[in-house]
Amino acid sequence: MPPDEKEAMIPEPWEVRRVTRETPDTFTMVLEPRNGSRGGFRPGQFSMLWVFGVGELPISISGDPSQDASLTFTVRSVGPATQALTGHSVGQELGVRGPFGAGWPVEQARGRDVLLVAGGIGLAPLRPVIYHVLRHRQDYGRLILAYGARSPRDLLYRKELAQWARLKDVQVLTTVDYGGVSWRGRVGVVTSLFRFMRLQPARTAAMVCGPEIMMRLVARELTTRGLAAGDVYLSMERNMKCGAGFCGHCQWGPHFICKDGPVFAYGGIAPLLDRYEL
Amino acid sequence: MEVQSLEKIIAEHEFFADLEAYYTALLVSCASNVRFEAGRYLWHEGEEANTFYLVREGRIAVEINPPMRKPIVVDTVCEGDVLGWSWLLPPYVWKFSARAVEATRAIALDGKCLRNKCEQNHDLGYEMLKRFSQIMNRRLDATRVQLLDLYATR
Repeated sequence: MPPDEKEAMIPEPWEVRRVTRETPDTFTMVLEPRNGSRGGFRPGQFSMLWVFGVGELPISISGDPSQDASLTFTVRSVGPATQALTGHSVGQELGVRGPFGAGWPVEQARGRDVLLVAGGIGLAPLRPVIYHVLRHRQDYGRLILAYGARSPRDLLYRKELAQWARLKDVQVLTTVDYGGVSWRGRVGVVTSLFRFMRLQPARTAAMVCGPEIMMRLVARELTTRGLAAGDVYLSMERNMKCGAGFCGHCQWGPHFICKDGPVFAYGGIAPLLDRYEL
Repeated sequence: MEVQSLEKIIAEHEFFADLEAYYTALLVSCASNVRFEAGRYLWHEGEEANTFYLVREGRIAVEINPPMRKPIVVDTVCEGDVLGWSWLLPPYVWKFSARAVEATRAIALDGKCLRNKCEQNHDLGYEMLKRFSQIMNRRLDATRVQLLDLYATR
């Protein structure tokens, strides 16, 4: 194995510096390196987080890409490994490899409106795009976020959603699959939000992250509304192990999700999305 | 503030886009302006369904009331939407309850009046069915997606 490849496989020790509970089962963790290295990343990239004695998990980076002293991850506790991960408290150590993968096309989107469509915890990998666009506000047109969650209590980053919604040229639309009587917001699928935004398809780049079925429906709906398939980007997920394209676990058709993705233009992958059991 | 005629409001509503003026005039005779304060129920599940609404402003929650539990909102309807189709199909009974979440303005169309007109004028009936079928199709698709409980897995 060449030295670069060996390096990619060796986790570095990082320390948990802050843990924030976002929803009943989702936590945001801020990590800092113990060896003094810096943590730069591009929006849309992920790291492999090693929980000692349990296993390793690919987790998208959800923090601000301009902050290179730390890395932020938002993790939903759904199985033994993620439960072990979210069970970490401040001061405990994790192994970190990466960041890996091609990120969101924030450079190609310069000068255009940016539409982000998120479902569930899919908002986490898109949050760095929001930070990036807001930090370079003059380089982009309108920023539109359409966000769907299971229920009101499952909405992530609620304070930030409210802050972003107050900004000029930023539109934040949320919806949930079902709500209680005290919920005053929208109920319905995320695609139902599209009619509330005045999309200009020719000058819009769309970035979509959520369950694969949702992304498929969203991509179809956006192309029906006039966006070019090459202007719609999806973040794919498969069983990633090495994170760097060596092991082949995340092969998806001709692509390795970890190395070629996880972000792909819909135009290049649409046939794969329709293939059964792939 | 400009006072718009019912005919103009109906003609300009997305749901009745491109409807011939003759039919719009027929609809107007069954229409009225209505307002609902936040929290007020437009109807309850099980009641007779004899109206539908073109929502002009506000938000309405479509609720189901499971026994021994609080009501669950399964859909919301906003400006530009149409609310209610149970008036169109026997037994003309509401399957869900509808509650104004915000102060809401709408045009109410009397279903009984409209059913009579549709019986007398099948072209109008066909127009209504075509338009409501699209709404039903969209809501059925949305319901199927919601049933998948997509966000439970990622």
